Amino acid sequence: MRNEPVPLPPWRAWRCLLALALASAGADAVAQEPPIAFVGAKIITVSGNDIDGGVLVFEAGKIKSVGPPGAAVPPGAVVHNVAGKVIMPGLVDTHSHIGGVPTGEPSAPIQPELRVLDAFDVRDPTVQKAQAGGITTANVMSGSGLLCSGQTVYLKLRDGESIDDLLITNKYGRVAGGLKMANGTNSRRDPPFPGTRAKSAALVREKFIAAQEYRDKIERAKGDPEKLPARDLAMESLVEVLKGERVVQHHTHRHDDILTVLRLQKEFGFRAVLHHVSDAWKVAEEIAAAKAPCSVIVVDSPGGKIEARDVDFKTGAVLEQAGVLTGFHTDDPVTDSRLFLRSAALAVRGGMTRAGALKALTLAGAEMLDLEDRIGSLDAGKDADFIVLSGEPFSVYTHIEETWIEGRKVFDRSDPKDRLWSTGGPGAGKPRDGLSCCFGEEDPR
Amino acid sequence: MKTHLPGSQFRVPGSGLLGGASVPASRGPFQRFNVSTFQRLTATSIWLMALSVRAQLAIQGETVYTMDGAPIRDGIVLTTKEGKIKSVGKAASIKVPEGVRLLKAKVVTPGLIDARSVVGFSGILNQPHDQEQLEKSAAIQPELRAVDGFNPRDPLVEYVRSFGVTTLHTGHAPGALVSGQTMIVKTHPLRLDQALVVPAAMTAATLGPGATGAGGKPPGTSSKAVAMLRAELIRATEYARKQSKKEADKRPSRDLRLEALGRALDGSQPLLVTAHRHQDILSALRIAAEFKLKIVLDGAADAPFVLDPIKKSGFPIILHPTMARAQGEEENLSFETAAKLRKAGIPFALQSGYESYVPKTRVVLFEAAVAAANGLTFEQALSSITLDAAKLLGIQKRVGSLESGKDADLALYDGDPFEYATHCVGVVVNGVVTDEGVR
Repeated sequence: MRNEPVPLPPWRAWRCLLALALASAGADAVAQEPPIAFVGAKIITVSGNDIDGGVLVFEAGKIKSVGPPGAAVPPGAVVHNVAGKVIMPGLVDTHSHIGGVPTGEPSAPIQPELRVLDAFDVRDPTVQKAQAGGITTANVMSGSGLLCSGQTVYLKLRDGESIDDLLITNKYGRVAGGLKMANGTNSRRDPPFPGTRAKSAALVREKFIAAQEYRDKIERAKGDPEKLPARDLAMESLVEVLKGERVVQHHTHRHDDILTVLRLQKEFGFRAVLHHVSDAWKVAEEIAAAKAPCSVIVVDSPGGKIEARDVDFKTGAVLEQAGVLTGFHTDDPVTDSRLFLRSAALAVRGGMTRAGALKALTLAGAEMLDLEDRIGSLDAGKDADFIVLSGEPFSVYTHIEETWIEGRKVFDRSDPKDRLWSTGGPGAGKPRDGLSCCFGEEDPR
Repeated sequence: MKTHLPGSQFRVPGSGLLGGASVPASRGPFQRFNVSTFQRLTATSIWLMALSVRAQLAIQGETVYTMDGAPIRDGIVLTTKEGKIKSVGKAASIKVPEGVRLLKAKVVTPGLIDARSVVGFSGILNQPHDQEQLEKSAAIQPELRAVDGFNPRDPLVEYVRSFGVTTLHTGHAPGALVSGQTMIVKTHPLRLDQALVVPAAMTAATLGPGATGAGGKPPGTSSKAVAMLRAELIRATEYARKQSKKEADKRPSRDLRLEALGRALDGSQPLLVTAHRHQDILSALRIAAEFKLKIVLDGAADAPFVLDPIKKSGFPIILHPTMARAQGEEENLSFETAAKLRKAGIPFALQSGYESYVPKTRVVLFEAAVAAANGLTFEQALSSITLDAAKLLGIQKRVGSLESGKDADLALYDGDPFEYATHCVGVVVNGVVTDEGVR
């Protein structure tokens, strides 16, 4: 594809170099710092067994080792004694609307060219609250009011001054993100929007067929500028989807809508994660057969819209038993990022295993974002993204005490400012201050 | 306690893997996988019709939180045939008569009370036909009675009950300056006349942005809202004075609106004022002082800003749901406000509130759980949805604690009721076992 990667603006690079562990610059930025060891906590690795009283060592933003009690701590390491605490991988929220992103552009039903990248406010308090909720990586999307509302971004919730500081670069050298699509009732309204489910599917099929033809023209041109079609931002985005380089993150509730996504997926060969999936428990077998991952929303009661009439805590358990890759999401503000652990805990109430629910919050989510090589479990070589808990992750009485991203602490409950994001209170609804003061002034750090 | 609702008779098309026919008769919580909540709730109603005959019951708990003194280890609650509590005590000291059904659970609590809900009004589907909580035709309509809008068979009534909620203070929602009246009702699924506790409990008012500027109609500002409410209260005062005249021909024609406001003025039906911002809370207190009203504050996200005047007023608070969305006029809300009210000595109860979208209702058990994890003790949090709620609503003679003579409303759990993964395993309303699943 001819989509250029979004470059890091040079004016920002110098400023971030010191303080921010960036996707590409991260290792350089923190290379001079000593390794850090967390000793004594129960470590939930997700990829393996829990380790009681384990030792977690990281350096330069990456995990060096995860070992049993008494495992060697490198010389010169800064040691944090966290006996009695629980450490687990940072949470991966596969579907979030933090950062004040617009819910949906109303001008047309299919707009794959729109980017969340261009509309995200890093200082929005919802970002701070997500950090307080232990979320280290989030797929931030616009809403479900369009059949296709555009390109999502997978963000590391680093403290940053612009979205550039939060981006992840994928293996194609582009900004990591998916494509948000939706079916069912949310995207139905007066023309040019569809009025029925069949029309919704027809509009989407037309667009994918156009993208196939666009892709074929590019291939036939073999790089000859005279033969290349004119650049089309929407088509470029859809071609990435057709090539499997961009995953469709698909809002869908009702059982027949879920099956429609699977049908379109089969026709066009795109990769899709099914989101919300209120009725997934009715069609778990079909979802499993299609090997479609599901990101489940857990809400306190059914209803609120007809499609969500049969929402149930049991969905996670049913999908787990059917062998479906199952994750969760906050859909913040539908559920609060600070209570993301609770979503999985309620799925456990509904019959899901503890191990399955822990994986769903972390590694499964990472897989849904094509980031499982970097995040989602506590293994040597992965990003040092983790949270420190006061107790078992699925107890209501447990608090998230610290959130670390790439070896840097982004949330500390013992800091009064951070605590405000965690519990709420006067000022918690206001945007975060900038990290450095004003243009032209010295960075206080 | 594993007697399941007749869910297994439902076979959901297309769910072969976990379909009804292949599910064995008893598989713990997984037995529920083949039916939806919606279907299950509908089924429950039918099932309860058949089993609604009241009989004496004994409910035994490894821990029984009576809310009347210390919790009882290995306690028993014995009910009467009429649906009241006969006796409460140590299992060793209470003789269960022969033939009386015995229910057992790890933890037994009083049936939970949701101090402010719209369940039964704001229906599960959220379509125009099932939304009865807010009439938008005028700003001030205290004459709207709750009993005329309540749907006891909305699935959400049974949904909240399945987690242990046995009493709802429900009715007209926030969103109009005066939106209408509220009622107190049991989540008993059968006849409304049996379920009603208080047909006209309070009159619901809203101050602040939540009730201004709708459709360009007045009130457009907070000042206008207060002026309109004061004017109407003055009219109601005048009406009451004229209505009390000895000579019938000097009395004005009946006016439902002014009669209803008159009950707020004479204290028989407190004004329930939803106000989140500190300035709106103070406006409510100012109006109460001017007209010598008995009010209950509702929502009160900014309460920590104005604890002193609230405390001085003596009025209680039905606090916003602990997990309410911290947006707009509620942007300052905190998980810890309940604990702050407790510390300040301000009486309060928790609520599920009104939800415009998903989820269609909150569950007050969950809201109390998060308050218990954020500064309240376990028993303080439990009290905020049992005895404290009963006292605030003025129904403590009937419900809120497990005491001889009170209604036999109980909730049974397989562990700490506040833990996320604990299940409600039984519910008793007015002495009838309404729920026995694993929820």
